[in-house]
Amino acid sequence: MKLITHNMLTSKCLKGVLTGYPLAIKATNIKVNEVDFNPDFISRIIPKLDWEVLWKAADSIGHSEGLPQTIERNYDEDKEFLKKAHRVLLEVEVEEGYLTCPESGRQFPITKGIPNMLLTEAEVQ
Amino acid sequence: MSKRPEHQAPPEFFYNEDEARKYTQNSRIIDIQAQMTERCMELLLLPDDTSCLLLDIGCGSGLSGTVLEEWGHMWIGLDISPSMLDVALERETEGDLVLADMGEGVPFKAGSFDGAVSVSALQWLFNADKKSHQPVKRLYKFFSSLYASLSRSARAVFQFYPENESQLDLVTSQAMKAGFYGGVVVDFPNSAKAKKFFLVLMTGGAAPLPQALGTEESDNSLQIKYAKREACKAARGKPLKNTRAWLLDKKERRRKQGKETKPDTKYTGRKRSGRF
Ligand SMILES: C[S@@+](CC[C@H](N)C(=O)[O-])C[C@H]1O[C@@H](n2cnc3c(N)ncnc32)[C@H](O)[C@@H]1O
Repeated sequence: MKLITHNMLTSKCLKGVLTGYPLAIKATNIKVNEVDFNPDFISRIIPKLDWEVLWKAADSIGHSEGLPQTIERNYDEDKEFLKKAHRVLLEVEVEEGYLTCPESGRQFPITKGIPNMLLTEAEVQ
Repeated sequence: MSKRPEHQAPPEFFYNEDEARKYTQNSRIIDIQAQMTERCMELLLLPDDTSCLLLDIGCGSGLSGTVLEEWGHMWIGLDISPSMLDVALERETEGDLVLADMGEGVPFKAGSFDGAVSVSALQWLFNADKKSHQPVKRLYKFFSSLYASLSRSARAVFQFYPENESQLDLVTSQAMKAGFYGGVVVDFPNSAKAKKFFLVLMTGGAAPLPQALGTEESDNSLQIKYAKREACKAARGKPLKNTRAWLLDKKERRRKQGKETKPDTKYTGRKRSGRF
């Protein structure tokens, strides 16, 4: 699971959960995969992200180094910044671990990099 | 033809390890899925030359995702079958994967995606695979959560295999109830083999449905319009798939994305001799 996915993912499909966001990450295995750098894509995606959630997620898995906690106004002209954002959003991947719903405490396992968001019949809204 | 897959077993059982592998290695399937995804991308009408974040619903082993990558987009895929996702991992697709049941709702926060595609998956929602499954409810939950997860003015395009008219009505009515505009486009309606159904859903305002391919006659029974594939492609200034012009176009796109691409030569796009 890449952190761009984590930034979008919620547990709101659980019965009784309102926003289910952000999911807490517990990572037991992390890998870094090189991905082609596309500054336009990163610039375009940043306004859609919850940056604070991204920063905290990166920090919680030990990958926040050099990543600013807030975004500057002219971020799209700052190539170094975009590269760091690129790395954290697309290259760092949680391979094994689990996500925790902030409201219900329900855990969702991550195996081989894939979060399992399947619900039991009783959990479906 | 054999029985429809969705009548045989729930998707997570039908697409087991064996089927996932067979499916992904079948060159005929690879081709068809790629063609249908290309058509979905045309209907999605994304802005030119911008890489977007797309959701691939029922992404399976990533055959559809490969096309999204070729168009220069990043994608997140959602599927209910662990075996299909395992094959996607083996194929090292660029998309990120999530194991989830679309009938339980799309687990993403509001405004996440610039668009969504789904190739050959939606028909599975017409089935009740568990006692608790009510297709109408699952369809509604799916569409309403999908609507929320899309950014404003984004579209969602589904190629799917409806069994009958009432399924078409069911799927469109639930999508409209969830807030979408749009309807079904039928390409090549007069050809048993080439006929394809595309559900085109729009979030912002009612734009006219895109033209269907495969006939010059217009038919308003489902607010569907038809056009010839050639004419339509020409009108968009896009070359026909698998021609030399198409290949050159595609290579140019890859180069623009900074991807490794073989130089163009007089052999580019030529038929290979049968000896290889
Ligand atoms: C024919 S495959 C298509 C895969 C891929 N889109 C392609 O073009 O090759 C259909 C996929 O839909 C998935 N699917 C079926 N029902 C689903 C559901 N309720 N939620 C998520 N995925 C589902 C299946 O697991 C399968 O991988």
